[in-house]
Amino acid sequence: MPSSASSRNSDVYEEMHASADFQALRKRYRSFAIPWTIAFFAWYLLYVICSNWAAGFMSTKVVGNINIALIFGILQFFSTFGIAFLYARHANKELDPIASRLEAGYDKEVGR
Amino acid sequence: MNSDITLAISEQTDRLLTGGLFLAVVALTVGITFWASRQNAGTADYYAGGRSFTGAQNGLAVAGDYMSAASFLGISGAIALSGYDGFLYSIGFLVAWLVALLLVAELLRNSGRYTMADQLAYRMRQTPVRTAAAVSTVGVSIFYLLAQMVGAGALVTLLLGVSDESAKNWVIVGVGALMIFYVTVGGMKGTTWVQIVKAVLLMTGTVLITFLVLLEFNFNISDMLGAAVDNTGKPGFLDPGLRYGLSTTSKLDFLSLSLALVLGTAGLPHILIRFYTVPTAQTARKSVLWAIGLIGSFYLMTLVLGFGAAALLDTTSSDSKVVASQGNLASPLLAEAVGGGNGTLGGSVLLALISAVAFATILAVVAGLTLTSASSVAHDIYASVIKKGQVTEKQEVTVARLAAFVIGGVAIALAIPAQKLNIAFLVALAFAVAASANLPSLIYNLFWRGFNTRGAVWSIYGGLISSVGLVIFSPVVSGKVNAVTGESDSLFGLGTDFSWFPLENPGIVSIPIGFLLGYVGSITSREPEAEARYNELEVRALTGAGSERAVIH
Repeated sequence: MPSSASSRNSDVYEEMHASADFQALRKRYRSFAIPWTIAFFAWYLLYVICSNWAAGFMSTKVVGNINIALIFGILQFFSTFGIAFLYARHANKELDPIASRLEAGYDKEVGR
Repeated sequence: MNSDITLAISEQTDRLLTGGLFLAVVALTVGITFWASRQNAGTADYYAGGRSFTGAQNGLAVAGDYMSAASFLGISGAIALSGYDGFLYSIGFLVAWLVALLLVAELLRNSGRYTMADQLAYRMRQTPVRTAAAVSTVGVSIFYLLAQMVGAGALVTLLLGVSDESAKNWVIVGVGALMIFYVTVGGMKGTTWVQIVKAVLLMTGTVLITFLVLLEFNFNISDMLGAAVDNTGKPGFLDPGLRYGLSTTSKLDFLSLSLALVLGTAGLPHILIRFYTVPTAQTARKSVLWAIGLIGSFYLMTLVLGFGAAALLDTTSSDSKVVASQGNLASPLLAEAVGGGNGTLGGSVLLALISAVAFATILAVVAGLTLTSASSVAHDIYASVIKKGQVTEKQEVTVARLAAFVIGGVAIALAIPAQKLNIAFLVALAFAVAASANLPSLIYNLFWRGFNTRGAVWSIYGGLISSVGLVIFSPVVSGKVNAVTGESDSLFGLGTDFSWFPLENPGIVSIPIGFLLGYVGSITSREPEAEARYNELEVRALTGAGSERAVIH
């Protein structure tokens, strides 16, 4: 069981939780993940609501047979790719170095 | 007369070719399963494939697990029949991956072990939370499994050109037997490789057909869209509203469906356990990035397939094969058309190829679902709730294999009478249950210290009961009359009407219920141990300190 194996080391975890490194990691993670989640969710809902209740606007033709609805839909794809890319960059640069430092410290402490 | 004979011969060749490729898919996947079964020693091998897959491998497997026949055939079919509104589905299916990437995948990889419940059991009372999570895991997986098996029965018989009911039942039994084989013999390693192969086949087949369709229109998307409007004769074909825009109820229904799609993905148990098959949180992140790339490009291509089918095939007349199959045959028939048409060698080869890809798709998804349910029954119920952890790894794996047999058998037995149910509805229900019963506890557990056992149990059962309950009292089950034919469109016939919930998709009500019950349950009970262990969970989830490692053979 994960619980019984790790409870022996709960002091180590408490110490890590209180460390400045961990508090920085937690803050950097949450300050990216939470606002961006709200942003993409709102952006998606806007798209659904426009498809439902602004069909006239969405049906406006832009180039040839391509209308706003299609462009808006394709933009949802590219915003998803974009946010995924930004998160990967943020995690590689801002999160991974601290996380691996903390993990290495834990391994040393408990002799893993 | 002469052309009739040629046609009959060509149809026979088509069937032989298709049947031959189906057998090739079966032989390939059976071979892989035997090959992968060599290293199935302990629980980490059986449940998590030894946690030794790379990000790219797992990304392909995630995509292979996620893109069901409902995506491949269903979405292109929906676009071919209702134009733009068919496209709306795929956007929800893709955007949902950001929830998995930003909030769930890495934290779950670090804090869990084999099942969705592990992560809750980390700081809560084992028995109640594991029981609740197992019930919901098996529930979601069974709905999804039924959708795939019913689809398999309809599709394979359609593609092989056999029409009687007993053939459909035999296909369901055959698919069920194969999935039991993959899961009992191959475990997670075998299942993963089946999913990887399927993802490669699906992407290759889709790229090929998309290229050939675009070639027909000299790569001018606007021309293709124009041809789709002309060929279908539906003026609003490119605009929103053809399917969902009929009334306020149908608009709300679509909003409700959209919420379930975007919030359900990260709560699907068969997707969640895939994150345990990699060695670190970084590889879990890489898997999701690969999956987003693959799934996103796939859905962009289904846009071409759907509008291409509308432009090139007959999708309106009364003897249209696309209409008769409710859109499911749009992609295979499109492949035949761009390959040279009915009766040509190119057409026959491409039709058989795409049919075999669809078949591989179904096999990979049902295997993943069966493994997920069997893992939860063996690990959560048998090893933790019944035996309180006093089992050897060997006993646990044996129970998992037995559970796969039983669940596979139950799925076969339920799928045969379930053939009357609409496949898209079963998939949508699985997403609604995942979003209402699973996602709230996952998110609360990782982000809120005050969340505890009562909150988790209330949220899981509340989300499950409200989503399934609302569907029972919805027009899906009773009281929906087809305006054209005057016949019943519900599960029950005319005259039986106990519906009072107007929407077919329960998410808009049941998802808030799941979140609310999780909150209320937590603030009305005190559990100092759960709060105290939150620090430990948080450190482990964010840093990976003390998390499960890859198995070294």
